Amino acid sequence: MRASDLLHPRPEGLYCPPGDFFIDPVRPVDRALITHGHSDHARSGHRSVLATQQTLDIMGLRYGEGFAGTTQAAALGEAIALNGVTVTFHPAGHVLGSAQIEVVHQGSCIVASGDYKRQRDATCEPFEPVKCDVFITEATFGLPVFRHPPDTEEIARLLKSTAQFPERAHLVGAYALGKAQRVMRLLRDAGYDKPIYIHGALAKLSDYYQHQGIDLGTLEPATVESGGKDDFAGAIVVGPPSAFADRWARRFPDPISCFASGWMRIRQRAKQGGVELPLIISDHADWDELTATIRETGAEEIWVTHGREEALVRWCELEGITARPLHLVGYEDEGD
Amino acid sequence: MNRFAELLDRLVLTPSRNGKLTLLTDYFRSVEDPDRGLALAAITGDLTIAAVKPAMLRMLVMERMDPVLFGYSYDYVGDLAETVSLVWPQSPADIANHEPTLAEVVAKLQAASRSDGPKVLARLLDSASISARFAIIKLVTGGLRIGVSARLAKQALADLGKVDIAEIEELWHGLTPPYAELFAWLEGKAEKPKKTALALFRPVMLSNPIGDGDLEKLDPADYAAEWKWDGIRVQAVSEGGIRRLYSRTGDDVSGAFPDLAEAMDFSAALDGELLVGDPRQATGTFSDLQQRLNRKSVTPKIQQQYPAFMRCYDVLQIGAEDLRPLSFRERRSRLEAFVQSLDPSRFDLSPLVEFTDWQALEELRRKPLHPVIEGVMLKRWDSPYLTGRPKGPWFKWKRDPHTVDAVLMYAQRGHGKRSSFYSDYTFGVWSGPEGSEELVPVGKAYFGFTDEELRQIDKYVRDNTIERFGPVRSVRADRRQGLVLEVAFEGLNRSTRHKSGVAMRFPRISRLRWDKPAAEADRIETLQALLDR
Repeated sequence: MRASDLLHPRPEGLYCPPGDFFIDPVRPVDRALITHGHSDHARSGHRSVLATQQTLDIMGLRYGEGFAGTTQAAALGEAIALNGVTVTFHPAGHVLGSAQIEVVHQGSCIVASGDYKRQRDATCEPFEPVKCDVFITEATFGLPVFRHPPDTEEIARLLKSTAQFPERAHLVGAYALGKAQRVMRLLRDAGYDKPIYIHGALAKLSDYYQHQGIDLGTLEPATVESGGKDDFAGAIVVGPPSAFADRWARRFPDPISCFASGWMRIRQRAKQGGVELPLIISDHADWDELTATIRETGAEEIWVTHGREEALVRWCELEGITARPLHLVGYEDEGD
Repeated sequence: MNRFAELLDRLVLTPSRNGKLTLLTDYFRSVEDPDRGLALAAITGDLTIAAVKPAMLRMLVMERMDPVLFGYSYDYVGDLAETVSLVWPQSPADIANHEPTLAEVVAKLQAASRSDGPKVLARLLDSASISARFAIIKLVTGGLRIGVSARLAKQALADLGKVDIAEIEELWHGLTPPYAELFAWLEGKAEKPKKTALALFRPVMLSNPIGDGDLEKLDPADYAAEWKWDGIRVQAVSEGGIRRLYSRTGDDVSGAFPDLAEAMDFSAALDGELLVGDPRQATGTFSDLQQRLNRKSVTPKIQQQYPAFMRCYDVLQIGAEDLRPLSFRERRSRLEAFVQSLDPSRFDLSPLVEFTDWQALEELRRKPLHPVIEGVMLKRWDSPYLTGRPKGPWFKWKRDPHTVDAVLMYAQRGHGKRSSFYSDYTFGVWSGPEGSEELVPVGKAYFGFTDEELRQIDKYVRDNTIERFGPVRSVRADRRQGLVLEVAFEGLNRSTRHKSGVAMRFPRISRLRWDKPAAEADRIETLQALLDR
């Protein structure tokens, strides 16, 4: 069977005709397989959803219990038959619950990796390379300029800055699912034991992480009731990046705006966003991780989804690997 | 090298002066010699390294990676130094156990000959981390562009040693990188370095603005008055064959004014205003003077078109005699005699303004006899030449600022305390024929308003946003609706960089005109008329 008969793009998302299911569809469909809980991949309104238990839990927290007609939890490594097609979820190392989906039919094997990274992350299972014929990779940071430093170095810079500017609050912008909890966990692993203040948008998900056994230490709401303006002097406050441009941020004394994202590798991005302390912490693979992963999967063919496809396709050509962009629509290029 | 690289990365993104000072003093305190002194020299522009051209840098990287991938990368990042620092291929074997220190990097670059320069650079880039690579490239391509002036770096030194910045400025030109003796003194480990070099800078005496009610307390008989010329403050020091022109903050600007330096065939230190033109005939405007500013060197044509001269108003030293302890009256008479001996096309005397009472001086201030005058200076006859800005002996009494009614067009979020406020405003005035007027931006201002007014403008911006670009919002501004700002400014320069053709000097918001309809804001012709005066 040709790989493109097993999986190919449709306006709703990546479709498997023999199995009659979609992977990460952007519109409501009958049967959806979902790689992880970020809102551009996990949407509500599907008739049935197959995903890891953690991804299902996260969707429930974000959309409410009725987010899908029926749900089924996929255990990592467990083969599930769907109309004669075998699908298996493997950890992707992106955020809690994230998985790659391996699709096998009539001797053909495709792995849809969703979003993934290779750097160690204490808040989720590490990525597991899976041998396959076709590897579908993201390319969010698919340019040789994106090389993420070790996250521990970035956290060390944040802690150094809090010591240099003890009278100011450090506001760390981080996406509510995954990045925020990873930053908090990194702070704890670096020995930071003061309470971390969080924006309300992070509360439910951070709570869920803690219940899943990921210790984030003492988290307190960053509300004025919990203290006067001066109480935030020297504090670390974590919130969604959008909140810091908002009037919400006025409760903090002379804040230093920090942003935890792979985009912070580019100085101009930091400058334009008014970020004073960029923290290059990403939940996506950087250039070196993308190319190393492609090699490890042993795939003869690479399909490149969202991001900077052209550079990764070019690299594959130079390496003698067949590659093409999939041109899937609806995934946020900016998300990290 | 990494600590220097980290310092550069933080400085470039830290907008507040105090934040920059903290970063600098922390760096100077925690980093050892000679690295910290070399970093200081790099920041103040006193580090000499043979430059590598951008084309060479590009060639080096092209030899190491696929040109197509480099092209995609450069297109995306937009900055050559940054792109090269990021894409430079590095094998794990390259990462030495030992990261090069700043001193090692500088030594290798300075020792490199023209022909092996690129190879030396490549080897350094192989051994460095990403941000260290960026710093190395910045060192060799010239110009760190981190928003830190030499003056700010000296202030950080002063903070480090808890001394007055004037002490640093006075010593500065006698010191050379890596400034070990300076740091030793600032850290209390050694005596203050001796001033042995010739033609050093002498910290200048500054004035205070006349405030409300100040004049009533002063006796006109105690003060001399002079015109305040709209040029730049300059100190001409010539000693033992060394000739130097210093800016107000002690930067050596001699290189930009060889014509004036050539005429400094004396042994003295003079204080005055740098202007262009011929003092015997015509004094050029500030716009003319700008043709000569911020240049490292200057062509003969520009020198001829805009000859520099100095209008002297004080003398600090003649021969071996330090005149600063003398009264202004005595210094003035010494100056009058001294200027007589100088080339009259390059030096003249700033004339005194005769007056009997404050009322009479006020009349003169309002109607100065020359367009290049921006007010009057008051100097106490009996005061010595004091460093810094003592209150009392010298006052500046400026002409009232110009004002214009402009319409708010764009607002940008501020930083630190203002990071959640739209606090930087771009404003425009009307241009074009009646019936199809459009706003043309004429300036940007971020102060002059109270905290309460800031809150009001911020709300207005949020409620009237029509478009967003990152931290900038475009605000509704048309004939029917818009917020009119009364903007005060000190003067206008012609500008080829701005669409409006004008650039304001020292603009600030003087009043919010909630009452004024946007259509009644000023037109560009109002500003153009000021230019032609």
